Amino acid sequence: MSLDLSTLTPTEEARRQIEICNACRYCEGFCAVFPAMTRQKAFSDGDLTQLANLCHNCRGCYYACQYTAPHEFALNIPAALAEVRVESWERLARPQALARLFQTHGVAVAGLLVVVLAWFFWALFAWRPDTGAGFYAHLAHNTMVAIFAPAFLAPLALIALSIRDFWREVGGGQVRLAHLVTALSGAARMKNLSGGHGEGCNFENGDRFSDRRRVFHQLMMYGFLLCFASTASATVMHYALGWEAPYPLWSLPKLFGVPGGVMMVAGTIGLVRLKLAADPELGAARVWGAEMAFVLLLGLVALTGLALYAATGTGIVGPLLALHLASVMVLFLLMPYSKMVHGFYRLAALVAEAGKPEPVRGGE
Amino acid sequence: MTDWPEAFDLAVVGGGNAALCAAITAAEAGASVLILESAPLPYRGGNSRHTRNFRCMHKGPMFPLTGQYEEDEYLHDLMLVTKGKTDEGLARLAIRTSEECLPWMQAHGVRFQPSLSGTLSLSRTNAFFLGGGKALVNAYYNTAADLGVKVAYEAEVTHVHLDGDRITHLEATIAGTPVTVRARAFVLASGGFQADIDWLARAWGPAARNFLIRGTPYNRGVVLRDMLDQGAEQVGDPTQCHAVAIDGRAPKFDGGIVTRLDCVPFSIVVNRDGDRFYDEGEDVWPKRYAIWGRLVAAQPDQVGYALIDAKSIDLFMPSVFPPVKADTIEGLASAMGLDPQAVRRTVDGFNAACRPGPFHPTELDGLRTEGLNVPKTNWARPLDTPPFYGYQLRPGVTFTYLGLKVDARAQVHTSQGPVRNLWAAGEIMAGSILGQGYLAGFGMTIGTVFGRIAGREAAAHVA
Repeated sequence: MSLDLSTLTPTEEARRQIEICNACRYCEGFCAVFPAMTRQKAFSDGDLTQLANLCHNCRGCYYACQYTAPHEFALNIPAALAEVRVESWERLARPQALARLFQTHGVAVAGLLVVVLAWFFWALFAWRPDTGAGFYAHLAHNTMVAIFAPAFLAPLALIALSIRDFWREVGGGQVRLAHLVTALSGAARMKNLSGGHGEGCNFENGDRFSDRRRVFHQLMMYGFLLCFASTASATVMHYALGWEAPYPLWSLPKLFGVPGGVMMVAGTIGLVRLKLAADPELGAARVWGAEMAFVLLLGLVALTGLALYAATGTGIVGPLLALHLASVMVLFLLMPYSKMVHGFYRLAALVAEAGKPEPVRGGE
Repeated sequence: MTDWPEAFDLAVVGGGNAALCAAITAAEAGASVLILESAPLPYRGGNSRHTRNFRCMHKGPMFPLTGQYEEDEYLHDLMLVTKGKTDEGLARLAIRTSEECLPWMQAHGVRFQPSLSGTLSLSRTNAFFLGGGKALVNAYYNTAADLGVKVAYEAEVTHVHLDGDRITHLEATIAGTPVTVRARAFVLASGGFQADIDWLARAWGPAARNFLIRGTPYNRGVVLRDMLDQGAEQVGDPTQCHAVAIDGRAPKFDGGIVTRLDCVPFSIVVNRDGDRFYDEGEDVWPKRYAIWGRLVAAQPDQVGYALIDAKSIDLFMPSVFPPVKADTIEGLASAMGLDPQAVRRTVDGFNAACRPGPFHPTELDGLRTEGLNVPKTNWARPLDTPPFYGYQLRPGVTFTYLGLKVDARAQVHTSQGPVRNLWAAGEIMAGSILGQGYLAGFGMTIGTVFGRIAGREAAAHVA
């Protein structure tokens, strides 16, 4: 039985592999993908989209698999699902052309950063207000809001439309509170990176298990959420309490933002090192560069934010502010077209999975 | 022929579960150990790569096992499958020691699935490896590496040099280069001979050339042959092998678990001439699974064809290759290379012999045919609902029974007595306990128990 694998689309290749996987089932227990696949014998495109977005690329199944190359079945489930996953993000994004550009082009990410940065410098010079303290001496608060509100809200709206399409494609049903709780608790603990035994995954050290990816990913995620909470609390303080920036260290924005920034920087360093150590053949190889660029962008946002705080009152606040605002802006603008979108799809896939019937288990 | 650069305390021939258990045990006791694995790294682990579980005695619930499974019940299960062809002393040793093996396995990196609520009720008797046998093999290789065990891949041992009552050295090729391997003790854990098709054909007759080998292509029995030629005591019947009926489109070697077909109880099985030849509904599938390899092997061209209809297609585990599908029985027969008229006659005869009654796919339902020479005694429903589906069946060999006879210390003997520094573990000596038949997860039990004994004895010998 031989197949010309080169002619298969990513979805067809994933289907070929998942059907072999489903006849084996030794890996059930590693993560949510395997119990989910036992619900059926035939897989629609939507089923594969769902499985692909449940997969956290931990690679445990690859190293445990008796059918990886050179075996003629040539299974590589982490890579096959990564390809389908990236393809689904591109296909469901709007406009698709931007997704294709940024999913695969780390250089384009950097290029966009430079353009936005130049624009911010121009804005700082041209629109420098007559009054204001801290950052607002460089760029008026209302100007910042006018620039950032649409740059934040428009990508979120586009992502919401994509997730709606995703939900239809994977056959997600009525969302109940219990499904959300299950999904959020799984995401909060990164249950699918635990390896099923709490010792982590096989991402960066061959077939040995390690919890480092889970730890660094959590630093990044919780760091990002803290930074987001920092901005949100500052917004409330600004509008509701009339307390304008700059804020002292013992204020909510700083208590959220400083540890959040430090966690993001640590997460960036960790994730970049793991990504360099991992085998690129077990992921979507064509987006490796863009994924790396995205992690570095997150790190840049955190680092420039921390640097900006450290530089309070000095002459480099202006340039640092431009750099920080530019990186934040690019992060927001790229949300629907970069690895950032994985968070939305993963969560949606986990919610959809929580709402599906209990899988049937089998065995020899 | 060049010498391996260093002499080891222990050289282990083979790289599967039993070999690794021996190597780890000996290394922990302070011995320097070399593993000679004939496969290249991606295929290391022998048939252990394809295994899935470990049958384990236990007096009470013990993660991941539920309930209790005590010595006498375990032995009774073994007696049923072997029809008494076992060395009861060794069998009891394997069974009794299996209980302490489970925590040992966990301590050496093996991870188990939480008990399966699945269809086979094995959660009481068998512990399933998380990720399967290759995950177990990976864990043991990592543990061995941490203990300083050296591994040579693509290392084929061609001769075990017996001098009086001692082994002096091994002759091997490593990645094609001939070498002499010196050690003070030796453990043979290099499996059976099922991948040597010529040997199978000599033992079984030419029909064996049509068999598929479910497991590793590296179990060629070279060391087993060499030891038997030098007068090692043998056990097991050289003409016998354990064969199951698997998908006829499976690879010649290494197809593993996915090539299984669970459809037989819900199908009728015909041979090349379109005739039925055995009661497909004799018992639930796992119990009768093993006999079908032999049944198909006895048919012309060693091939069978399982035919089912749309009513039954979702009643069994997914298959690795899609079934052949057609809208008519004749169309299905043609698509599978069978005579449409012959198959039509068989199906018509079968359908006419079916009687109405309640159908229960998960238990013996007594829904039987009447008046057929080859009856179907359970799950007999007419093949009348298109589309129709078919799978080709061929015998898939899992292992052979011929092996080296060992004692309770896993020591190998010749007619002159024990070989002082030679032990055997795993499939190469499993015939000492498992004379015929098979018990799920028992191969891993024998490998683990006797691997650890061999490692312990070898380390004591060199200490």
